[in-house]
Amino acid sequence: MDIFIQQILNGLVLGSIYALIALGYTMVYGIMGLINFAHGEVVMVGGMVTVSVVSALMAAGLGLPPLALILIGLMVAVAACMLLGFTIERVAYRPLRKAQRLAPLITAIGVSIVLQQLAILVWGRNYIPFPPILDHDVIQIFGASITRLQMVIIVLCLAIMGGLLLVVEKTKLGRAMRATSQNPAVAGLMGVNVNTIISATFVIGSALGAIAGLMVATNYEQVHYYMGFMIGLKAFTAAVLGGIGNLAGAVAGGILLGIIESLGAGYIGDLTGGFLGSHYQDIFAFAVLIVVLIFRPSGLLGEKMADRA
Amino acid sequence: MNTMTKQPASAKKVATFVASAIVLAVLPFIVGGTFGNSWVRTLDFALLYVMLALGLNIVVGFAGLLDLGFIAFYAVGAYTFGLLASPHFSLDMPFWITLPLGALFAAMFGVMLGTPVLKLKGDYLAIVTLGFGEIIRIFLNNLNAPVNLTNGPQGINLITPIEVAGFSFGKPHEFFGITFNGVYMYYYLFLALTVLVVIMAWRLQHSRIGRAWVAMREDDIAAAAMGINIRNIKLLAFALGALSGGVAGGLFASFQGFISPESFGLLESIMILAMVVLGGMGNIPGVILGAVVLTVVPEVLRDVIGPLQMATFGKMIIDPENARMLLFGLALVVMMLVRPEGMLPSKRRKAEFEDAKEGV
Amino acid sequence: MAEVLLKIDGIVKRFGGLVALSEVGLTINKGEIYGLIGPNGAGKTTLFNVLTGLYMPDEGSFTFNGQNLFRAKPHVVVGAGIARTFQNIRLFKEMTALENVMVGRHIRSKAGALGAVLRDPRTMAEERAIRDKAMELLAYVGITEVAHEFAKNLSYGHQRRLEIARALATEPKLLALDEPAAGMNPRETEELKALMEKIRASGVTVLLIEHDVKLMMGLCDRIAVLDYGKKIAEGVPEVVRRDPKVIEAYLGVAHE
Ligand SMILES: Nc1ncnc2c1ncn2[C@@H]1O[C@H](COP(=O)(O)OP(=O)(O)O)[C@@H](O)[C@H]1O
Ligand SMILES: [Mg+2]
Repeated sequence: MDIFIQQILNGLVLGSIYALIALGYTMVYGIMGLINFAHGEVVMVGGMVTVSVVSALMAAGLGLPPLALILIGLMVAVAACMLLGFTIERVAYRPLRKAQRLAPLITAIGVSIVLQQLAILVWGRNYIPFPPILDHDVIQIFGASITRLQMVIIVLCLAIMGGLLLVVEKTKLGRAMRATSQNPAVAGLMGVNVNTIISATFVIGSALGAIAGLMVATNYEQVHYYMGFMIGLKAFTAAVLGGIGNLAGAVAGGILLGIIESLGAGYIGDLTGGFLGSHYQDIFAFAVLIVVLIFRPSGLLGEKMADRA
Repeated sequence: MNTMTKQPASAKKVATFVASAIVLAVLPFIVGGTFGNSWVRTLDFALLYVMLALGLNIVVGFAGLLDLGFIAFYAVGAYTFGLLASPHFSLDMPFWITLPLGALFAAMFGVMLGTPVLKLKGDYLAIVTLGFGEIIRIFLNNLNAPVNLTNGPQGINLITPIEVAGFSFGKPHEFFGITFNGVYMYYYLFLALTVLVVIMAWRLQHSRIGRAWVAMREDDIAAAAMGINIRNIKLLAFALGALSGGVAGGLFASFQGFISPESFGLLESIMILAMVVLGGMGNIPGVILGAVVLTVVPEVLRDVIGPLQMATFGKMIIDPENARMLLFGLALVVMMLVRPEGMLPSKRRKAEFEDAKEGV
Repeated sequence: MAEVLLKIDGIVKRFGGLVALSEVGLTINKGEIYGLIGPNGAGKTTLFNVLTGLYMPDEGSFTFNGQNLFRAKPHVVVGAGIARTFQNIRLFKEMTALENVMVGRHIRSKAGALGAVLRDPRTMAEERAIRDKAMELLAYVGITEVAHEFAKNLSYGHQRRLEIARALATEPKLLALDEPAAGMNPRETEELKALMEKIRASGVTVLLIEHDVKLMMGLCDRIAVLDYGKKIAEGVPEVVRRDPKVIEAYLGVAHE
């Protein structure tokens, strides 16, 4: 029982991070029908920049408290990622908006490779540990333990996601985003500046990615040029799981995926009589995805796309 | 257009054919003689990638099914060959069993993957195939315990080279007093099989089956309403694409003598897709060009970047491997921006592309 | 007594809460031109989709030429001998006119992947036969001159004809046409009418959705009227035309 609750908690932490990243994928997909393969790399850049800024501030010896260090690092990372997201869209996607569908997919992959290689240039190929300012206080819940930091991650993710949903549902920007995702041409006719909306979508998604990058960095206490790849893949899987293009779906898919993964990793040994071990963790994401899509081809919360014949 | 009815081959056609045959026959000697044997090896790999890209092109280019896990079939072919012809299980089966068996298994995997995803469209299909590819890789990585099936991350070593009637492709041979390295032998073997794959793909494209694929790709509802069995024709595309992948995988295993899960990652799948898209999806010459360019260019970069830096700056500014991948990523972006329809698009695809530009 | 070709009974098709077809039954006899009319949204196209296997009906029965086709897959339906055109033309745009019709021969030919790769004499002969038959059908509908044009580049009238040729390529016993005259000028409509009569004369039964009442009255042997998913009348044109329920259905809703 303890293991169960412990794995649920671990899954919630992981799942909130997935959800935050999944939102970035799903927003872009909802608006332009594009898999932004480079989003995982934006998350990586977010993590890297935060760590660099925090380390630099510490080296400068200003004696700032840890929270201030992290906040400043985060602000710089968010700004950097917003700029990055904006640039990626302008350079690699916008010129291809009317091209065949696979063209932007290939440029996205190209951008992904470029960002990874640039990260190697700047930060090297090795794991970089998070500066030793993180608090490791543990809280006990129902016999399971969770660090305060992880609690913060969960709460913050939920708050940010709630905020985003509010923006999309209640503000003028949100309305324009929804209109654009329904039908860009009509939205354009109604006076929505589609280019601005698409840029805004990338910028917001990238800001969320930067925050997620920080969370990944604090949770694993290290960063690496390749860290965006797997987590980006999982988050995208989560977005598809929830029904791509659907914000609530991304959140649900992310959290569900996190929990399934950590429960799976916790129990797979017992379930298979020790035949499969916890290093099969990565399989769950994909296995669950495949099973869900077979039964609900447009995801858990996705609209059923009936073929109109 | 009239490809299935025999036409008298024009003199020009015959001349082109003979010329390209001669060029392909002497190519390894020119390349090997000028740049060294490692470049002949690159040629061999280019041929393997041509087979892979042509296989994926059946799925993506002809049938319009976006597959991001294509490398899984290459892996199935390679591991079938590797496991049946290496000390790992102390087996030494001949290639004429292992190679077709690998192709067959790959095709079966193609159908196994295809069946559950029949109803999925576009990007949903892409992500599921991606997941499937990753699952295969993870299994290859971990199936060394409790029963050692795949030898895990260490991979399989000492795989038997292909041998025909006592003639081993893995060893140097002497003809007319000249010694030929194994990479030359393999070049001709791969070339022969590549030609077979090209013929297969070409003939499929211009057949009843090929037409059904195009019809399905353009409008699956109308295709069904015209009597095409969508399920069968989709599975056929998956199976035939996988078959080419499996053959290439078996060849790869015997050629390298060593395989490990690392060779079968997502990046490889993406690479093959990039070859197809960059070359010109659906167009066989385009796909061949894409595969050759994307195999050769990174190798050229590998050779050029280091010395170039030394010559200009007198020292290494950027790690050559790093610079190579950086340029490669940039090249992908730039090439797509300049020619989104690919280097050699098919007439049909070009038309589709123009449609998309006109539409909203 | 006329021979029954198609018989449906109690066909129900729901989309969520919407009942698009409610217990529709009808019988089509061999050799007739059977008309289906009704206001927009009445369920005519939905009925076509059910008859051609594109939609799975929720209830009812469906036999065709003695074969049970209830919930049959589209390719089975085509194999049994029902072919159709679409209200909003669905040609394979990036294929030539000839290739479009050749696709229609798919179900009546056999060559598989192996034959395609080996190009054995049988496959080659079949392929030639497919092409010849397709050319013949293009001539039959009168568009030989555009055989090698991409379908998307054809004029509207030619596209409609091409769709009919493609459907005929499947050798149907019943040809179902969904508003084939929509958007045509009077001359084109007249030519289309002649084509339909020619098709019927060749022994193919025709099921026709059309709004042009004059055309329908002159062409159809019998007519059924759908309204809100229900069949409200069926019979020879003169009787149907005078049916009060039909008049109400047409006057009660805004005409298009
Ligand atoms: N795939 C579908 N999903 C939901 N509703 C549909 C679908 N197809 C048709 N309908 C609805 O069924 C009704 C009948 O439509 P249709 O058969 O196209 O009418 P008609 O062809 O007579 O004009 C309409 O209300 C239409 O909106
Ligand atoms: Mg209709």
